[in-house]
Amino acid sequence: MKQIKHHLNHSLLMGYSAGTLPEAFNLVVATHISVCDDCRARMHEFDAIGGEIVAASDVVQLTDGCLAATLALIAASTPDAPKAAAMGGIFAQPLRDYVGGDLDAVKWKRVGGGVSQAVLKTNDAATVRLLRIPGGVAVPDHGHRGLELTLVLQGAFSDSTDRFSAGDVEIADEAMVHKPVAEAGMDCICLAATDAPLRFSGILPRLAQSIFRM
Amino acid sequence: MTTEDTAKRMEWVAQLDAIRDHQDQVAFAALFRHFAPRIKAFLMKSGASPSFSEECAQEVMATVWRKAHMFDGTKASVSTWIFTIARNRKIDMIRKTRRPEPEDLPWGPDAAPHAADVITLAQDTEELGRALATLPEKQRNLIERAYFGDLSHSEIAEATGLPLGTIKSRIRLALDRLRHAMT
Repeated sequence: MKQIKHHLNHSLLMGYSAGTLPEAFNLVVATHISVCDDCRARMHEFDAIGGEIVAASDVVQLTDGCLAATLALIAASTPDAPKAAAMGGIFAQPLRDYVGGDLDAVKWKRVGGGVSQAVLKTNDAATVRLLRIPGGVAVPDHGHRGLELTLVLQGAFSDSTDRFSAGDVEIADEAMVHKPVAEAGMDCICLAATDAPLRFSGILPRLAQSIFRM
Repeated sequence: MTTEDTAKRMEWVAQLDAIRDHQDQVAFAALFRHFAPRIKAFLMKSGASPSFSEECAQEVMATVWRKAHMFDGTKASVSTWIFTIARNRKIDMIRKTRRPEPEDLPWGPDAAPHAADVITLAQDTEELGRALATLPEKQRNLIERAYFGDLSHSEIAEATGLPLGTIKSRIRLALDRLRHAMT
């Protein structure tokens, strides 16, 4: 297991457990938990809280025949078979499901400065993309109107706050303006989700905004 | 320490086993009587109509039957496990969004649940339930609203600042043990 230093926070885990996060964030959370035992254990805690809240709910009346209708549903169905997870590669299963494969299946689009991205399809306002940043290259300075989650899948980057390597997740809020720089060496591959457009503050910010379509 | 509540929780485990091993409809009916009205209440509080909530509750309980073979009492208590099924149904039906699941840990077929671990997790979950019940009204209400889906992200941040979690160490120990068993 990789040494993970930067984890999900409580509010993201609770939102994931309650099922109230946008799909784009769910994907980042699920991909991180796939490789992080610590956050997996914390997710189970939040699920347990959810279970106890339901257990403590007031009981509402069911209509007559509700049990019979459920037994009829069961009779009409077949048992679920456990899914076999594909092994190997750098993408955990939830990400692989969105990409349709591992790293070699990603359809990259160049966005300038040697950086490539692939926007993954989600059905709500928040967006999630894969980013490929060649070693030593910087992503333009940007601030956030909302929340940005960046999960490192390969390589590493650093910004004014710290160094982030494979498995680490950076949580950047509205107050943060940062300029991530990929570490020299292999490409840095990240999965990044935002719930609002980014604000670029470096050179040619408008151009950067348009090429990133953020 | 075995309280009446723990006994009830162990009965749910036995009922799930009976569903898995013998397609036991009597055991299912007992589990249904306890959980279905609560799932319906949970979905109604999440904003769904009574009839729609009941329809979802039926589907949740049918899923409990179909997935009974996947229940592992060392990883989740019955109340937790049924919550996750109800939560997933709610996301599908009400929020109409997707919530990808983490990759399963490769436990391997040999990681048979130990009865003692199942009891301990049930007791820890029970303790967590008690901790929730004894929170001041305002705090408990905040947590409930987070799970019903009517809190913003910053309000959730406030709710998660609350001191909870007696279950943490137990789940982490179980994960450690299973990881060691695999290698």
